[in-house]
Amino acid sequence: MSDPRRADVCAVAIAEAFRGDGESLCNPIGNLPLIGGRLAAATFEPHLALTDGFYTLIDNVPAVGLSEDERQAQRVIGRWNPYREMFGLLWHGRRHVMMGATQVDRFGNQNIAAIGDWHQPRSQLLGFRGAPGNTINHTTSYWVPNHSPKVFVEAVDVVCGIGYDRAAELGPTSSRFHEIRRVVSNLGVFDFVAAGSDGGDAVPTMRLASVHPGVSVDQVVEATGFELQVPEHVPTSRGPEGAEVEELERIDPGGLRFREVPDE
Amino acid sequence: MPGPDKRCTEDEVVAELRSGMTIGIGGWASRRKPMSIIRAILRSDLTDLTVVAYGGPDVGLLCRSGHASKVISGFVSLDTIPLEPHYRAARQSGSIWAEELDEGMFLSGLQAAAWRLPFLPTRAGLGSDVPRVMPHITTVRSPYPDPDTGEHEELIAAPALRLDVALVHQHRADASGNAVWLGEDPYFDDIMVRAAERSFVSCEKVLPTAELGEGTDVTHHSISRMDVTGVVEAPGGAHFTECLPDYGRDEAFQRHYAGSARSDEAWAEFSERFVQVDEETYRAHVRELAAAAEEGDK
Repeated sequence: MSDPRRADVCAVAIAEAFRGDGESLCNPIGNLPLIGGRLAAATFEPHLALTDGFYTLIDNVPAVGLSEDERQAQRVIGRWNPYREMFGLLWHGRRHVMMGATQVDRFGNQNIAAIGDWHQPRSQLLGFRGAPGNTINHTTSYWVPNHSPKVFVEAVDVVCGIGYDRAAELGPTSSRFHEIRRVVSNLGVFDFVAAGSDGGDAVPTMRLASVHPGVSVDQVVEATGFELQVPEHVPTSRGPEGAEVEELERIDPGGLRFREVPDE
Repeated sequence: MPGPDKRCTEDEVVAELRSGMTIGIGGWASRRKPMSIIRAILRSDLTDLTVVAYGGPDVGLLCRSGHASKVISGFVSLDTIPLEPHYRAARQSGSIWAEELDEGMFLSGLQAAAWRLPFLPTRAGLGSDVPRVMPHITTVRSPYPDPDTGEHEELIAAPALRLDVALVHQHRADASGNAVWLGEDPYFDDIMVRAAERSFVSCEKVLPTAELGEGTDVTHHSISRMDVTGVVEAPGGAHFTECLPDYGRDEAFQRHYAGSARSDEAWAEFSERFVQVDEETYRAHVRELAAAAEEGDK
């Protein structure tokens, strides 16, 4: 049997990041995260709430890449959700966001603001956007379509989304809502656990949770600019199964996912 | 009783502004920006402005033109073009002083100013580099013990974003400044007008107060004349940003605008055609550009 297509594996891995979230807002940002999040909502996590991409929370699972007219026609609105209400929702905490990351480090610190010194950056990027508020208030995951040592770095230039070391410094009360659930890249899936068998009080760091079919552990280690935790047995990420196959086609009929993650 | 007639022109708004002022601009990214007033500022000799916004081309233009020396933002983006090219260039050359806040922290600061508070507490920003690279943003300790842990929790004290002047664009207004937004998101214009000493509202159409709500409902009457100093009737005033449902973003023009960041020559050409001109000429040049593009498509 041939390997599943890489973009499909990524979509399923992203969907899996939302497993168990139940009745909360699944809020992936970007094309592949959107496809994966909607796949979870359409299959094994049916009570997730989604957004229409703008100003409402919806209770159906439309396809991605809709025109403005189609977006308005196809959504089934559960609640009005303009930006001020989105801040209210995220400060309340019933939300799991998946953002992009220009840089991410072993503790899960994320940078989307700037490359170089923030005060006069070599490359100005998006700014902090909502990353500081997201990571201190609710579960956050990251999607990286181009896994390389330039993205998975020893230390990020600007901490936007806060990682486990920064959370630990804040102490248990301030960091009680902090969770970096998963990082999904085009090569594999990563989670955060305390190193060593007993765990204890050690600060969680990034661990290789699975490699995508056709990717070796060495390849991932080589493309990562810091020391990953690599367990003795690394499982292989799964492709779409059962109803997921049909749902993926329905959610992304135009194949946006293959443009973001081409076949190897 | 109705309020006084506060109708004025863009240039009369600009005559009320002074160099060095802190100016809040409504809307969000490349959506419902009071662009006709911004264009009037671009024609003025004002300097050293501090611009406070969920920024879009308003911020980019004021940075490129040199009118702004400081930008306080929740982000600066053109939506369909994620990185605002002129703001980006200003940051990389160091030509402006920037404060880049977490998006939610920005709202807390705006709300604090509108409620006449020195700050509002928030978790947003804790542990991040926001307070490290902008050390004037500090924390406050809760006077109340946490019910679960007993700890007196430390929170970010988002400083009030007090504005000398707010400029916002609405869909409808009456002559005294009661204003109605259409579409699906009010953004933060209603809070911004209260965060400011004085506020100017441009709008697509000025209507008698009794007709303001036609086609919508009470929840869209978000701005009161009490909070408004002047009203500018500016049909198409948000161009080229989005002003749904009246009109969408002029994406072709926005791409042309973004292209003006490629070189000094490109900016000079853009500025001559679309900045150093009055509003009527601007509109004529926008139509010419669209017609030329259509001709090119044939």
